[in-house]
Amino acid sequence: MEKFLLKNIENPNSADIAEYIKTGGYKALSKALELKPSDIIDEVKRSGLRGRGGAGFPTGMKWAFAAADSKKPKFILCNADEGEPGTFKDRPILEKNPHLLIEGMIISGYALQAEYGYIYLRGEYPEAKDILEDAIKQAHDKGYLGDDVLGKGIRFYLHVHQGAGAYICGEETALIESLEGRRGQPRIKPPFPVNEGFLSKPTVVNNVETLANIPYIMEIGAEAYSKLGSPDCPGPKLYSVSGHVKMPGVYELPMGTTLREIIYTHCGGIRDGKKLKAVIPGGISTPILPPEKIDCPMDFVSMPKHGSMLGSGAVIVFDETVDLVKVCLRAMKFFEHESCGKCTPCREGVGWLRAIIERIYNGSGTEKDIDLLLEVSKNITGKTFCPLGDGAAGVVQGFIKDFRHEFEQHISKQVKAAA
Amino acid sequence: MLNERVVIEINRIKSKYHDAQSSLLPALYVVQREYGWLSPDAVAAVGDVLNVPRTTVKGVATFYSMFRHKPMGRHLIQLCTNVACMIMGAERLVDILKTRYGLEPNSTTDDGRFSLVVMECIGACATAPAMLVDTDFYDNLTEERIADILENYK
Repeated sequence: MEKFLLKNIENPNSADIAEYIKTGGYKALSKALELKPSDIIDEVKRSGLRGRGGAGFPTGMKWAFAAADSKKPKFILCNADEGEPGTFKDRPILEKNPHLLIEGMIISGYALQAEYGYIYLRGEYPEAKDILEDAIKQAHDKGYLGDDVLGKGIRFYLHVHQGAGAYICGEETALIESLEGRRGQPRIKPPFPVNEGFLSKPTVVNNVETLANIPYIMEIGAEAYSKLGSPDCPGPKLYSVSGHVKMPGVYELPMGTTLREIIYTHCGGIRDGKKLKAVIPGGISTPILPPEKIDCPMDFVSMPKHGSMLGSGAVIVFDETVDLVKVCLRAMKFFEHESCGKCTPCREGVGWLRAIIERIYNGSGTEKDIDLLLEVSKNITGKTFCPLGDGAAGVVQGFIKDFRHEFEQHISKQVKAAA
Repeated sequence: MLNERVVIEINRIKSKYHDAQSSLLPALYVVQREYGWLSPDAVAAVGDVLNVPRTTVKGVATFYSMFRHKPMGRHLIQLCTNVACMIMGAERLVDILKTRYGLEPNSTTDDGRFSLVVMECIGACATAPAMLVDTDFYDNLTEERIADILENYK
């Protein structure tokens, strides 16, 4: 498949505006500015684009909700707080193809009649901050941003806002809290950000990859775009693959490519002649899958039918040497550290999950502990403001569902801690 | 408490936002870059510059893991140990920093050269294990490579 999101990134100067324009960049913006804002929203709706941050919500519908709200001003926020462990798909866009994101944001700003956009960038990407700020300045100098975008009398300003190391700020309402200079704790919904978001104004929060798809939709049209990838989830998808494959990296493939194809065709299979033991398909908060389930298409609709989720499309591959109880323990330490502390079931429950897994890992667990893990996880699910607690609970349930024997082995002390 | 240059920079940032409190995170970054950490006095002073209650600023500053609340060494090592880095040997690197430099997580070497913070995912999973030294990024780390890299930070 022809690359769009990662087009030209092998060019060492790909982040420069001249190179971007040379390969057709900012043409989609010119095209979009000839349309009425509502026509752009209809086009994005017809394209079938779903948000690439993890939830898969239809982007056009989100835009339409915000556009329909009469409050002003409106805001467009780019979620570049790529913190889901295993995920590094937005990074090449931010660092190598920043103008694609900027172009997508200007188009979305025009469609929503928003004059201000913010890119909420995770603090762990300091290089991306400099690159994005340079790119924004270039776009400003060329007249794509500022008081009079392309001489059309439209105003659009873009700023980079740096996060400071909080996973929870990838959740859209926590991101908004953080952008408002507060602790990044999620808000209860409704009201949704499209009605009461940043500074209580209608706000669209879209992931980097989502916004980077907008110029493509403008370029080839909704009809052609909707025929790419899976029928229910069209378009290209970035998969970040790590762990024990021969060629880890970010791959731009049609949405719905199977895990098997990703691992064996594109990433060269398992390294060092080892066997596949398990795969986390969509970042650490998606349930782990055994090798029997890797024929599932990686899209928002198919993955839940196979017991997991597409999440951010972050595939972590484990070979036969990995101790999965240790992986589960590390994942739970992460969730415990990142729980914002607002909802008791998450704040307390995730700590208990970690403590129980830790004693199983250390060889002092009992058979009852496995059932206790399931019971605690059930008491977290659905009882929190945001999906962090649900994610942690689902992860534990996923490990136990398909790899209960590994926990039992630790309990019977037949396996010495090793990985 | 804050020097004039820092106050000017915070006020410049404030003008980019629709409300003063939105500039709080960038303002705290400015202070941390200048002084290396956020002292209680500095945190209070940021509140005064932005006209945000001091307790609010303290609550925000302590929420985010990248803000430092004690003085750091000259160079800050931020080493990822999350799952993708863990299965590629990040724990071994933590051990090496301990044996070679006497550097434990969340501590500083006696000579004040390095501080170590163990990180959650830093988005370099394909080339794990990875770390940041100050704002410089390094990946594909091995025992030898991490030693060579750190030699460049005195």
